[in-house]
Amino acid sequence: MFVYLLTDIFFYLIIISLLIYILYVRRTPDMLRTWSYVFKNKTGIISIVVLSFFMLIAFFDSIHVKKKILNNDTNQFIYSNDIQSLLDIILLPTYENFEKSYSSPFSSKLYSKETIKLKDGSEKRIYPGLAYKGNHNKYSKNISANLVITAILSLVKSFIIFLFFYLIIFYRTLYERKNNIFYNFKNNNILCITFYILLFIFLLLYDLSTQYYVLGTDKVGVDVLYKSIKSIRTGILIGTLTTIVMLPFAIFLGIFAGFIGGIVDDIIQYIYTTLNSIPSVLLIASAILILQVHMANNPLNFENIYERADLRLFFLCMILGLTSWTGLCRLLRGESMKLREVEFVQASQTFGLNKFSIIIRHIIPNIMHIVIITVVLDFSALVLAEAVLSYVNIGVDPTTYSWGNMINDARLEMSREPVVWWSLFSAFLFMFILVLFANLFADVVRDAFDPRASKKYE
Amino acid sequence: MIKYIIKRILYAIPILIGVNILTFTLFFVVNSPDEIARLHLGNKRVTQEQIISWNEERGYNNPLFYNNSEIGLKVFKKTIFYEKSFKLFLFDFGLSDSGRDIKYDIKQRMWPSLAIALPSLFVGLFINITFALFFVFFRFTYVDYFGVILCVALMSVSSLFYIIGGQYLISKLLHLVPISGYTQGLDAIKFLILPTIISVIYSIGSGTRWYRSLFLEEIEKDYVKTARSKGLSEVTVLFHHVFRNALIPILTGVVVILPLLFLGSLIVESFFGIPGLGSYTIDAIQSQDFAIVRAMVFLGSILYIFGLILTDISYTLVDPRVSLK
Repeated sequence: MFVYLLTDIFFYLIIISLLIYILYVRRTPDMLRTWSYVFKNKTGIISIVVLSFFMLIAFFDSIHVKKKILNNDTNQFIYSNDIQSLLDIILLPTYENFEKSYSSPFSSKLYSKETIKLKDGSEKRIYPGLAYKGNHNKYSKNISANLVITAILSLVKSFIIFLFFYLIIFYRTLYERKNNIFYNFKNNNILCITFYILLFIFLLLYDLSTQYYVLGTDKVGVDVLYKSIKSIRTGILIGTLTTIVMLPFAIFLGIFAGFIGGIVDDIIQYIYTTLNSIPSVLLIASAILILQVHMANNPLNFENIYERADLRLFFLCMILGLTSWTGLCRLLRGESMKLREVEFVQASQTFGLNKFSIIIRHIIPNIMHIVIITVVLDFSALVLAEAVLSYVNIGVDPTTYSWGNMINDARLEMSREPVVWWSLFSAFLFMFILVLFANLFADVVRDAFDPRASKKYE
Repeated sequence: MIKYIIKRILYAIPILIGVNILTFTLFFVVNSPDEIARLHLGNKRVTQEQIISWNEERGYNNPLFYNNSEIGLKVFKKTIFYEKSFKLFLFDFGLSDSGRDIKYDIKQRMWPSLAIALPSLFVGLFINITFALFFVFFRFTYVDYFGVILCVALMSVSSLFYIIGGQYLISKLLHLVPISGYTQGLDAIKFLILPTIISVIYSIGSGTRWYRSLFLEEIEKDYVKTARSKGLSEVTVLFHHVFRNALIPILTGVVVILPLLFLGSLIVESFFGIPGLGSYTIDAIQSQDFAIVRAMVFLGSILYIFGLILTDISYTLVDPRVSLK
């Protein structure tokens, strides 16, 4: 049975609006030309492929199901309380069991010694072997030989899958159709190579995770790689949902303030100056604290832990959105004020077009570039902010998988002897990859959309 | 000038009232004081008497806006709004929920915060501008290209990584400075040096890129072309023309955050155990001490508005084209 959590619905909404936007761009020659700059750029195309890959993982992680289980007493099928996502089902062989405690990457033993009774009754302190992984090399007894064979096999497997995709989708859309805007770009090859590399990494990690803990296990023996992958959804949701929440406020209030002016302008300016003057961390902290009090005092409304964690994530996005719309609003106000004085807007006013139509027809299309630049620039900042907020305990729910929570849980592991580095390392690595490509993408988008930036169309 | 400043200060009052009303709504209207008391005392098995005495000790037992049981002006004075929100305007922050004097704590903790924030700001500014000028000098070459990519990579690393990594490398492996802590006097330097270095490194990525774009914007202007066509060398153009004109946005960007430096850095201070206002705020958030959070919100907004006024004044001082009306 499918379960729709609140954030799932919003994530679907984000994907749908993204698709609508793509359709809109395809029909508008002007937008198509601007976006084709992004696609023609080498960095642009690589970051688009990587980011779509992350989005895809987050999407699979947003389709939730409840499993049917057989109730032994009544012999009837009931739905379990456990909610799983499609990604969990795909990755099941990699995480279904967990170990006792820490184990380092690719290790076959636990990270700490334990006293074990031998068969003859004597006791010995040794590193106990792992129960589920690390000792079952699939292809060869030698670890390095096994690794090499696994790598070669994934290379072949991913090549077959890639060929399939290439013949069915890429060849037709990218190379064959002469009227396609993607046609004959040199970067088509780069797109294909990036896609292939990602496919290879995914298959390799999948195959390796059935045999080893690629990034080790954490304190309670859970696969760190699995945790990091599950955190992708949280990171992406915070980056995108927040923007969706803030956009309506920022766009409409900004345009009203700039275009209508007068007392409306004064009131809107007053609202955002007031909100802006509170340091954002403190505003977020106050709002989250209040939410915590509210949730603690009304436990009946938040029974299921998944729904509770989900609701907290949703509110976090709302709060982040409410605190971050002021900057964009100010930019849009200034831009609409400028546009109000431009000839074509004045002309439509003289012709008697009402204000609402002018805003829809003339103002909004002419401020969209600012909106897009801000959205992509904010994304990476929000992903990074989540980690800091979770560290201060005002971020996502402690039961939610997120990089911030991973760092928060592992903060004392660096002062441990011997050091446990892999939890922190994986959280930082995944966060770094996502934020790096988001930043690179944002740079290219800014170059494409900013009228002041110098761009070279091919 | 003085007329303008007075006008700005008067304009700040409605904003502070707005902040005050917002925090008041958040902290007292959304959740009643009873609910907050229940949270502090532990959720289960709390008797009504415990809640009442907890509220009485902290003065949360009064009505919100209007006290029927009093006479005269006390009708308004003996209320939560007057006691807890209005008194902030008089810089009377009152007692924290755990009974400490907030004003005294703020005065004590301001200085360690400044001791990290001021050096980080100025060293960071110097390093970022140097790098930015260097990249601008080699603009549109491979030096610039890789410099920008390096900046983007530096920007993409979480601030927590710099702190945890720095502590591990410098304090734990190399034993150069203690991991965390603080003392009075000059000895404090050994505790302050690592947080300062880490704050500076963290700012390099975004700072350098930002200053580089400022310089690049300036370098395309006509007066720079004129200077070059006069036969001035590239270095002279860069330092005498571009740099001096780009100083205006740099300076105003610095002035606006100067007052906020008092608040310190939340994360750095709590990681390094510096008893500044940043770690004070974090502790308050973690122990859910609403009185301190309220005081810090108000203080933060005052400092922000003060920064805006300072920015306007500094504009007139550095740019003769701007005059205050």
